[in-house]
Amino acid sequence: MVDEILQSKNDLKMQIRNLNFYYGTHQVLKNINLNIKSNAITAIIGPSGCGKTTFIRTLNRMNDIILGIKIEGDILFDHKNIYDDDIDVVDIRRKIGMVFQRPNPFPKSIFENIAYGLKINNLTVNKGELRERVEIALRGAALWEEVKDRLNTSALDLSGGQQQRLCIARALAVQPKVILFDEPCSALDPIATAKIEELIQELKEKYTIVIVTHNMQQAARASDFTAFLMLGELVEFDITEKIFTNPSQKITEDYITGRFG
Amino acid sequence: MKSKQHLKEKIIKNIFFLSSLSSILFLLGTSFILFKEGLPLFREIDLKTFLWGKSWYPTYNPPEFGLLPLLLGTLWTTLGALIIAVPLGVSAAIYISELATPKIKDYLKLAIEMLTGVPSVIYGFLGIVVLGPWLQNLLDLPIGLCALTASLLLALMAIPTITSLSEEALFSVSKEYKEASYALGATRWETIIKVTVPAASSGISTAVLLGMGRVIGETMTVLMVAGGAAVIPHSFLQPVRTITATIALEMGETVVGSVHYYALFAIACVLFIISLALNLSADYFLYKFRRTSR
Repeated sequence: MVDEILQSKNDLKMQIRNLNFYYGTHQVLKNINLNIKSNAITAIIGPSGCGKTTFIRTLNRMNDIILGIKIEGDILFDHKNIYDDDIDVVDIRRKIGMVFQRPNPFPKSIFENIAYGLKINNLTVNKGELRERVEIALRGAALWEEVKDRLNTSALDLSGGQQQRLCIARALAVQPKVILFDEPCSALDPIATAKIEELIQELKEKYTIVIVTHNMQQAARASDFTAFLMLGELVEFDITEKIFTNPSQKITEDYITGRFG
Repeated sequence: MKSKQHLKEKIIKNIFFLSSLSSILFLLGTSFILFKEGLPLFREIDLKTFLWGKSWYPTYNPPEFGLLPLLLGTLWTTLGALIIAVPLGVSAAIYISELATPKIKDYLKLAIEMLTGVPSVIYGFLGIVVLGPWLQNLLDLPIGLCALTASLLLALMAIPTITSLSEEALFSVSKEYKEASYALGATRWETIIKVTVPAASSGISTAVLLGMGRVIGETMTVLMVAGGAAVIPHSFLQPVRTITATIALEMGETVVGSVHYYALFAIACVLFIISLALNLSADYFLYKFRRTSR
């Protein structure tokens, strides 16, 4: 079923082919094959330690920072392998943005948090444009109304949920094509979580979204496709509705019904 | 039986309490003696003559006890040392914390620790025998022992403090900030300069202030290499004399209770106040750093 939907190559933003990942000699990801559709939300679920976070971090080469890793296979982004030698990793990370588990705004003002990405990537020509782009990013993350009167106060004074939306705004500002969310709500309360989920739904119109979550309900209500990862292997990948109503693997059913986890 | 146990606990607790109090007692005792012996100077000369006096001639008739040449000598050599030590020390810290491989990092940290352990008299010795003559030849100076020589050696002494404390501050900057920066398409260099260093800035300030405290209080090296002329400095190439060197040189020759004796205590009070202010500001920045770093 999923193969039919993900047949048309033009719809695919990213294709993961035969991906293997090692920390030293320990293999964390085993031969993963997965397609990520444009303007859709792909959720990655699985028990703790299954390699979800490692997997999502391979998609924008964030694992490159860590010493002693080895990676095999291809990850195509717009049909080009991001691990090719001629690829500029800085450019990849700008195009494939990331929001982390814990809100991590810089210890700078709200304005500077958003302006940072614009400045380092030379995306604006003057101050007026910079202000404009900061506003657009904050509006995009549904934060503008709450912070427009205090753009110059420290981002660390915001609540956890606001900080996470600021991090989303910061990612939006550099105009990525894909946004990776690594358990973005794990440090937030239910109300802040609901706001972020709602926001992610809106974002899919413009961006391709991959979200790692340990929260099954979140995957079920918020995503279009779901991949179930266990012990570094991709057990099942399908449209979300199918995974949660009629999974093809027994182990997937056991996991989503809460028999282990 | 039980009350005996209780009494024992109480005694032990109080012994430790008194030990912890002792540092406060020493601090209070030191300042009390300094001011008790320093303040009588102002029965002989007024405060303004002391603070703004441009000459220090304790053995002239009548003697002059102007603070300015000594204070400026101290500040001058310290300033010179910081101009050299801050960029070097902070860059070294950035390299060790952010760029070096773990093995190189270990070796460098060890080397810097060993640099801390060099007795200051050895630096003075090096200054007299090697650095002074070398500078004299190089810059064609009348004398090699001058403010510049002292500043260079003082910088060597400040660098370990500045480097190791800055390195600690940089290292404790949350990894999450760095990751956020990389994820936005920043290079390693941009991340260091625009995220890591600013996030560690109050910790680095603490490092600089403590390095400065180390330099201002340093006695033996400046006594040996700064040249010893108690005149208001106009350039780095002339001999100067610091507060510390003056006290060390002259204390042995004064008569207890003489004006000169009181004057030495008075300049010691000035030094004490400066050091105290430096340490308090260092503490303030440290407190600020602990609050912002997660």
